[in-house]
Amino acid sequence: MTSYCSLLYLAVFLPAVVLVHRILPQRLRWAALLAASYAFFWSVSGKLLVFLLVSTVSIHYFGLWLASEQQCRDHHLAAAAPSDRKAIRHRFTRRLRGILLLAVASQVGILLTLKYAAFFSSNLNRLLLAMDLPLHVPVPSFLLPIGISFYTLQAVSYLTDVYRGTVRADRNLARLALFLGFFPQIMEGPICRYSQTADALWAGHPITWQSLTFGMQRILYGMIKKIVIADRLNSLIKTVFNDYQTFGGGIIALAMVCYTCQLYMDFSGTMDVVLGSAEIFGVRMPENFRQPFFSRSISEFWQRWHITLGTWFKDYVFYPLSMSGPLKKLTGAARRRLGVHYGPLVSGSIALAVVWFFNGLWHGAGWHYLFFGFYHFALILMGSLAEPLVQRLTAFLHIDRTRLPYRIFQTVRTVLLVCVGELFFRANGLRAGLAMFRAMVTDFSLEPFMNGSFLSLGMDKYDFCITLVAVALVLAVGILRERGVSLRETVARRPIAVRWSVYYTAVLFLIIFGAYGVGYVPVDPIYAAF
Amino acid sequence: MDYATCRDLIDSHYLDSLTILALVAELEENFDITIPTVEIIPANFNSAEDMWAMITHLQEEG
Repeated sequence: MTSYCSLLYLAVFLPAVVLVHRILPQRLRWAALLAASYAFFWSVSGKLLVFLLVSTVSIHYFGLWLASEQQCRDHHLAAAAPSDRKAIRHRFTRRLRGILLLAVASQVGILLTLKYAAFFSSNLNRLLLAMDLPLHVPVPSFLLPIGISFYTLQAVSYLTDVYRGTVRADRNLARLALFLGFFPQIMEGPICRYSQTADALWAGHPITWQSLTFGMQRILYGMIKKIVIADRLNSLIKTVFNDYQTFGGGIIALAMVCYTCQLYMDFSGTMDVVLGSAEIFGVRMPENFRQPFFSRSISEFWQRWHITLGTWFKDYVFYPLSMSGPLKKLTGAARRRLGVHYGPLVSGSIALAVVWFFNGLWHGAGWHYLFFGFYHFALILMGSLAEPLVQRLTAFLHIDRTRLPYRIFQTVRTVLLVCVGELFFRANGLRAGLAMFRAMVTDFSLEPFMNGSFLSLGMDKYDFCITLVAVALVLAVGILRERGVSLRETVARRPIAVRWSVYYTAVLFLIIFGAYGVGYVPVDPIYAAF
Repeated sequence: MDYATCRDLIDSHYLDSLTILALVAELEENFDITIPTVEIIPANFNSAEDMWAMITHLQEEG
């Protein structure tokens, strides 16, 4: 099972788990989900399951350690005189911080070692060579357990929430194990908080007709995105990105747009399958996408794209850092000198740079991922710096920023900037990304579209037509969602004939227009590699 | 955009994290409070009313 859209997962694994879950009494359903989750992990990563087990046991232990220290603190505070309480609080805060630091370091340390040791050591060797030093650091090569980047972030959020007192440490090891390893989310997220899913997973809600049908409908919609659109675009993208030197700027721009579309359809389609799978078991997971291509700024885009990663970085890196003592002092001083808008931007930009450094690195051990991170950091910062100027300029030119033409301009600009970022994200290294960008700027021509040579890159005119129709469908669903209309609920209220016509049409659309079989290579789950 | 009546400042993306940071600094200075990180959640910043409720609660806590 290498993908949530594989036949093995959808036709064998998921139905088997649903069946077992349905048969078992409520008090044992958690055990079915946990056993299925570990079987799923084993089927993808084999013996590397030991990493998940070790992490789960150690996170459980650290959670309980934090809880016992907090209990001890409360006991001391209750017994102490008011004048002694400040000192007690201070002593325990230091101790709790130490435990949290140790816990987080142990989890992040495993991730850093397995995922980044090769990247850091090979770059260190390059540096040593450049400095003419006769030293060589061995470059290790480790196999990565599936989903380590996702469950590590969930672990850090759980431990931090226990430390902050917003979540109680879980004494039940099995419940914590299910929260960390639940099979639909383990490979590509969403990155859930303990307070969002742990109880629902443990409760063993019965599978109802509505949860089953709504879940299956969401899975079907995700498969259309993935198999009809993302997989169909794969040949063209591979051809152009793997052999970019032979193509002009026009074709590279086409590949860039196609890749941005593919990434969205692949990742959000997989999320539909994941959230649909969880919904069948009565578990509501947080949404990871909210029509990101309707965003009017890069900052808004990141509030709509991979939402759970963005909120994770905001809650556990950005705010703790920007609200820390030294940066708060800096904010105070900067506000007095630079004013209320630019002042907080000074410390905010330091925290933001750290966030985007880690965001880029989280996606992979490569310079082009770091470039991708700093590209977005620069765009968000420039947007904030320019905001007062843009406000004055639009007022001077009597441009109403709330009117549709201006909003369309903002959205088109944002989508273009996002596409450029994704070009670097997909490119085979930073050098290739820069060369492709240069070709787009200096060698752009519409000639391949006039003479039809763009149809010889792995997608013929039928492929383009099917892709455009499917994208238009996804766009229409997105517009409805923006207006607060839930398609599933709207269809569910219609008469049975209408309802089943819609379902059959969707299934037939997938079967007829899905890009599978001879001549098509499905795209590997892109985010599973992170 | 009427900030006095809007009830979805965060959910509708009117405020991003840098704007919230500026807002936190402003609130801390003007109301003589310290806003801890755990209080920076959408429920406390979605409307002027929500922010006032947070300020009152932090002032009461001292």
